[in-house]
Amino acid sequence: MADTMQFDLVSPERRLASGEAREVQIPGAAGDLTAMAGHAPTITTLRPGILRIVGTTGTDEYAVTGGFAEISAEGASILAEEAMPVGEMTQDALDGFVARASDRLRAAKDSGDQNLVDDAAKLVADMVAMGSQAGLTAKQPSA
Amino acid sequence: MPSLKDLKSRIDSVKSTRKITKAMQMVAAAKLRRAQDAAEASRPYTERFNAVMAGLAASVGDSDSAPRLLAGTGKDQTHLLVVMTAERGLCGGFNSTIVRLARLRIAELTAAGKTVKVLTVGKKGREQLRRDHADKFVGHVDLSEVKRVGYANAQDIARDVLGRFDAGEFDVATIFFNRFQSVISQIPTAQQIIPASFEGGDEGGASALYDYEPDEEAILSDLLPRAVATQIFAALLENGASEQGARMSAMDNATRNAGEMIERLTIQYNRTRQAVITNELIEIISGAEAL
Repeated sequence: MADTMQFDLVSPERRLASGEAREVQIPGAAGDLTAMAGHAPTITTLRPGILRIVGTTGTDEYAVTGGFAEISAEGASILAEEAMPVGEMTQDALDGFVARASDRLRAAKDSGDQNLVDDAAKLVADMVAMGSQAGLTAKQPSA
Repeated sequence: MPSLKDLKSRIDSVKSTRKITKAMQMVAAAKLRRAQDAAEASRPYTERFNAVMAGLAASVGDSDSAPRLLAGTGKDQTHLLVVMTAERGLCGGFNSTIVRLARLRIAELTAAGKTVKVLTVGKKGREQLRRDHADKFVGHVDLSEVKRVGYANAQDIARDVLGRFDAGEFDVATIFFNRFQSVISQIPTAQQIIPASFEGGDEGGASALYDYEPDEEAILSDLLPRAVATQIFAALLENGASEQGARMSAMDNATRNAGEMIERLTIQYNRTRQAVITNELIEIISGAEAL
């Protein structure tokens, strides 16, 4: 069995990465998972987090804010809503993400739908967690 | 017969017009390249997305529990037309072709007794439709402040459209935009986005093997709103490239026309000048002979 798989990371605005990878660690909505060659075909949605690609030459890390991943035995395609290399992730970008998530939380609270509130609260928490993994500290969102 | 001075100032004014149209053409050419690159860059995402959605839709589509975004509301009484045009003119028939297609559809739907609502994106389409269909306007998206259309803009429009759908304001949504074919050819296109339809749905057989995490329906209901945003984004990019292409060829025509006009005026100017000189000579000679 081949020990590498085809890997693509695309966002609506550009193709960020493409190539061979040994394993891809994906922040799935239902929990983290690692895709390697020969993985069972799976489609999962993403939560905000760090996507880690272990390639033949090194490891790349990308911050993704959502989207979904399509995994098959031969490869993995990550369709991220927004994605950027962790190195390019700035405090401003993180603050922007957290602020947007907080806005949603506020809107959800206004609407009074508890499911929406839970979803949005999780989104905020995920964003903050993503920031701390990237070595940044999110300003505590004012709820 | 215009005087020499009139002709001269006329030539000067056409010359400066030509300079402006020439500059606009070059700006459009540069912007076109950027717009095409952006459209190119989004293609892998859109293709993958549609492939996955087609598979998902094929496996869930026919069951009763299919989300409303996919299955529709079961009616097609109220139609929402999202008409995407440019914020600026001077781009040939670009805006008019979209508006014409939208008008045609409005007339068809009205004749069939349907209710029509119009959401305009871009100022020009709104201006053109206002005369006949102002009563059908439900909203407007202003992109004039946006330098470079991003996914976030598409998401904003999608959120607006989805909000209206959830509120039961319409049953079917269609977007109108110009598909970029080449610099001289843009095809006005109407594409239905709600209920969603995905190309390549026949290949659903292969995707039935996928594991879904969480389950198929949760993924589908998560992805369908994104599909709307993705389709709007693709349309915005196509539209952007088309606008620049149309402007480029319109300005190319204008530059060429100005050139021809300058030539014609210059000939007229020279002839007139010659006539004036001949006239003066005749006067001098006949004056000398009279002595």
